[in-house]
Amino acid sequence: MALAPDAASRRGHLLWAARPRCVSHAVEMWRATLLQIRSVSRSFGELRALDDVSFAVEPGRMTGFVGANGSGKTTTMRIILGVLAPHGGTVTWNGAPVTQGVRQRFGYMPEERGLYPKMRVADQITYLGRLHGLDRATAQHNTRDLLEQLNLESRAGDPIEELSLGNQQRAQIAAALVHDPELLILDEPFSGLDPIAVETVLGVLRERAARGVPVLFSSHQLDLVERLCDDLVIIAGGAIAASGGREELRDKFGSRRFQMVVGDDAGWIRDVPGVQIVELDGPRAVFEVADGIAPAPELAGRVESTQDARDQVVLDAALRRGSVHSFGPVTPSLAEIFREVV
Amino acid sequence: MSADTARTGGTSFLASTRLIAEREIRTQTASKGFWINFGVIVVGIFVLSIVPGLFGGGEPSVATVGSDAARVAEAAELDTQPVPDRASAEVLVQAGDVDAAIVPDPEGSSPLGLRIVAEQSSPDDIVAALSVSPPVDLLNPSEVSDGLQFLVVFLFALVFFMASFIFGMAIAQSVVTEKQTRIIEILVATVPVRALLTGKIAGHSVLAFGQITVIALATPVALRLGGHDDLLSTIAGPLGWFVPFFALGFVLLACMWAVAGSMVSRQEDLGSSTSLVSTLIMIPYFGVIFFRDNDLVMTVLSYVPFSAPLAMPARLFSGDAQGWEPVVTLVILIVAVAASIMMASRLYSGSLLQTGARVRLGRAWARTD
Repeated sequence: MALAPDAASRRGHLLWAARPRCVSHAVEMWRATLLQIRSVSRSFGELRALDDVSFAVEPGRMTGFVGANGSGKTTTMRIILGVLAPHGGTVTWNGAPVTQGVRQRFGYMPEERGLYPKMRVADQITYLGRLHGLDRATAQHNTRDLLEQLNLESRAGDPIEELSLGNQQRAQIAAALVHDPELLILDEPFSGLDPIAVETVLGVLRERAARGVPVLFSSHQLDLVERLCDDLVIIAGGAIAASGGREELRDKFGSRRFQMVVGDDAGWIRDVPGVQIVELDGPRAVFEVADGIAPAPELAGRVESTQDARDQVVLDAALRRGSVHSFGPVTPSLAEIFREVV
Repeated sequence: MSADTARTGGTSFLASTRLIAEREIRTQTASKGFWINFGVIVVGIFVLSIVPGLFGGGEPSVATVGSDAARVAEAAELDTQPVPDRASAEVLVQAGDVDAAIVPDPEGSSPLGLRIVAEQSSPDDIVAALSVSPPVDLLNPSEVSDGLQFLVVFLFALVFFMASFIFGMAIAQSVVTEKQTRIIEILVATVPVRALLTGKIAGHSVLAFGQITVIALATPVALRLGGHDDLLSTIAGPLGWFVPFFALGFVLLACMWAVAGSMVSRQEDLGSSTSLVSTLIMIPYFGVIFFRDNDLVMTVLSYVPFSAPLAMPARLFSGDAQGWEPVVTLVILIVAVAASIMMASRLYSGSLLQTGARVRLGRAWARTD
């Protein structure tokens, strides 16, 4: 197999490249094997479901895809899988357009679940593996491994319709993974799973990502996405509201909020100009500093931006009044970022 | 890396089609309904060929009054039962113990001096047995009697009708199941829609042809067991023509069934979308049976793709068609099948992902999904 050594060396690079982002040629390697969505638009009649959507899913990274109901997540995923055609824009894999042959190597878990109800679990997963291009022996082998990993091996011989919903969900995940896909697109993979099953599935997905597979998954469970994803794409009303690394987004959206605990009552903070109180409870205050206000004259030259200036003004004022037990930026949760950008 | 080495550049169209066809065959043959249906048909053939011989056979029986009557009846090889007088003969006829009675004609109005007494209708077979008629010389004798022709055409039509209906419905149901369970989204993301359609039709066609082959093999056995060897020799010729027409006609209808299935999202709605296809099967079926004697209608029917699979073999059987005619019809059918596969795959892919109660044909065609 002429392809195998090449693929192996590529994977090797990927694993290594996933960490040191600064190495330029590693970044180049990455660029070559990612899923790139550029300016994709799609309408349903009068409704503009997607408008100029662009983002990338990078190798070895779990990318969370969040947005309200009807914001365009499923439509985007269907376009990536070729189930729907875009009305504008392109989807590329490794820099080339996604064709039927390429798509066959993707793994997809649609939002609306479904397998043949009367077909046995193992037969069904093996069948889907073969449709994706595996030979019979490999498909059977992969099915066995996956069912074991997902704790479903005892139900291998049962028809899908006899499984509980949670177990059907696991079978669905096995169906998306059986052909060792080069890219995973999972629409709400955790909905309907109990906490233990979530961990099981999570483990399986993480293992795939660690092998260098880009994973794009959508979820309504923001706490789960927060814990899980490396990158984040937030979509609202068919347009990308924010995207980037998880920490990057936190920094971007969190730097304006601070929490302070002083020795005495913190009520005075209300009178500081350019500060908006989020929460005030005796000595504890959570506040946001507004942009676009000139630095206080006494701090001019000492600080770089208006924002820094404002929180330093508050700190200065607090220190002048008495003791300060704590003072620092508040890291926003994903839910807070989400509320802010949507 | 095992997956990379095992993967041979993705599945080809043919490989996907074969996998899909294989699954359809497995699913169908795993269901009890399939075998019950099949069993009923095969048993039916044997029952129809053998049972009438067991019950309907034997010579007509008559009660005779007087020596003249007895002599005549015996000469005609009837099953005779002599009774003393007309009254007791009538009792036997009324009771159904004999088919009729032959009694002397006291009024003398009959040249034979005999009368026949029957219960409700004139016993034509007995009258014929007692009659003398001049021999007939036919200038252009038909190989097969008219009644037999009707029977054979009727049986072919019935087999075609049942196969198209039973297997067609199975195709439509299989399509709806994929839509209803939403596995269709995974399938569409994995294989070309055309492979999905072709595989389905191929799988069910293999099953249909398999059943027809078994029926075709069982029929001569059944006919021989039933003692209809003469019928067997006359059926063999048209059977040869019926097979290619059946195959093409089946595939033509199978495309329609698949499209009908893809138009709805639930099994419950299937009836509404399959009614058009049912009509396309019923019209040629009844057309061929009712207009069997109308040359013009039969000629037209034998060139229309939907009725050709029945009408052309029927015309060949009765000797009305020229030698080149079935060839032309076959070409028409092949073109129609190719066109319907193309049309069906467009409609199929246009409607597969739409989950409304019923997809409009125009919308499926335009693919405004």
